[in-house]
Amino acid sequence: MKDRIILEGSRLQLTLDRLCHQIIENHGDFKDTCLIGVQVRGVKFANRLHQNLLQILDLSEINYGKLDVTFYRDDFRRRDSPLVASRTEMDFLVEGKRVLLIDDVLYTGRTIRAALDALQHYGRPKNVELVSWVDRRFNRHLPIQADYVGVTVDALEEAYVKVEWKEEYDQDRVLLYPKQ
Amino acid sequence: MQLSTKHLLGIKNITETDIHLIFETADKFKEVLNRPIKKVPSLRDVTVANLFFENSTRTRISFELAEKRLSADVVNFSASSSSVKKGETLLDTVQNILSMKVDMVVMRHPAPGAPLFLSRHIDASIINAGDGTHEHPTQALLDAFSMREQLGDLQGKNIAIFGDIQHSRVALSNIFCLKKLGANVKVCGPPTLIPKHIDKLGVGVEYDVKKTLEWCDVANVLRIQLERQDIKYFPSLREYSLYFGINKQILSGIDKDIIVMHPGPINRGVEITSDVADSKHSIILQQVENGVAIRMAILYLLAELRKV
Repeated sequence: MKDRIILEGSRLQLTLDRLCHQIIENHGDFKDTCLIGVQVRGVKFANRLHQNLLQILDLSEINYGKLDVTFYRDDFRRRDSPLVASRTEMDFLVEGKRVLLIDDVLYTGRTIRAALDALQHYGRPKNVELVSWVDRRFNRHLPIQADYVGVTVDALEEAYVKVEWKEEYDQDRVLLYPKQ
Repeated sequence: MQLSTKHLLGIKNITETDIHLIFETADKFKEVLNRPIKKVPSLRDVTVANLFFENSTRTRISFELAEKRLSADVVNFSASSSSVKKGETLLDTVQNILSMKVDMVVMRHPAPGAPLFLSRHIDASIINAGDGTHEHPTQALLDAFSMREQLGDLQGKNIAIFGDIQHSRVALSNIFCLKKLGANVKVCGPPTLIPKHIDKLGVGVEYDVKKTLEWCDVANVLRIQLERQDIKYFPSLREYSLYFGINKQILSGIDKDIIVMHPGPINRGVEITSDVADSKHSIILQQVENGVAIRMAILYLLAELRKV
């Protein structure tokens, strides 16, 4: 199998805009809503989503935090490569708030399970919704689904989905790779 | 990134990379400790035994808190209330405890090398919480971590260690740790309390407190360990305090701000006076706070190496 580009260019921007409008449709002025990006890669998508939302709504601020879930993962001591923790930056409590949890690829669902666990430590949110840039819907290990999806990818376990953002790579893209 | 060693027996056996990894992990745990709920589930399937064959307040509470905040199961043991009094050997005591399926052992022991001895005979990961006059690695790590918080990178910084160097495990571990991080280290105290040939470790030796204070960015003041002193090393505590104690008067005679540290317990009025220990220069309580984060990082990183 060769590398395949799933999303890029104007279609990618369109998808991002559509996702933002779907979220705005449900969250209005974002008064009680907070965005929480899951470290590390989810934050890269969350940064973009956050900027795009501010632009569309012409707001100066939406509650935005970055959550590291390393210490909550269920594969600690069970995987070959050690887990490296990232910084959690949450300067607000989620008590009573509507939380939008943001990650780039929803795959087994285990990261989100850990994120829900970690989130509990910042209070009891009113509700939690999941925004996922890519949904690999046939590879789930847990009963977790996204509320807002950028693009759905039906791929075999052997494939690898890579999300690139122009802050780090040359351009915004979603790619499908064969696993090495 | 992972540690290069399965046990933390001393700073001598770990690398500079290990120290940085411990610091970076401790940064993350410090954030955890500032949350409303200060607990993570990482070590929920790990059992830790705290074996204290010697008295301790801070280290023991700090380790226990660190273990509990990582969700580990904890058993505590102190020699004074155990079968050690009936003549059981160290190895027997520990093997009996380990047969109850303990994964990690935190041990303080009056005999130098006791943790090394254990590590050769048992399978659990061992953390040295102080072995006689040898090493106290977690104290050195939390000291250096606290200095790093105040000064940034310790490369080229001047650190002075004052007091009873001869009997202090904190001094030795501090020296190893600070040298590995590239700091300049001097020890200062009465000649009788400074070990011969300590300059071979790459540290300077000074007998003049004022001169040393003028040189250093950080003054790490150690306790006079009367319980380990078998002979008289100085005429009286009053005289020691007069010549080697750190007081406000001597600090205000120096035209720069020095950070003052002490690993505790403090002999107030002997090696340090209350007006210094409780002043804004002192980061003694921050040291204690950082101790929990550092110990969480060490437990976490060592547990990582014990694959399920």
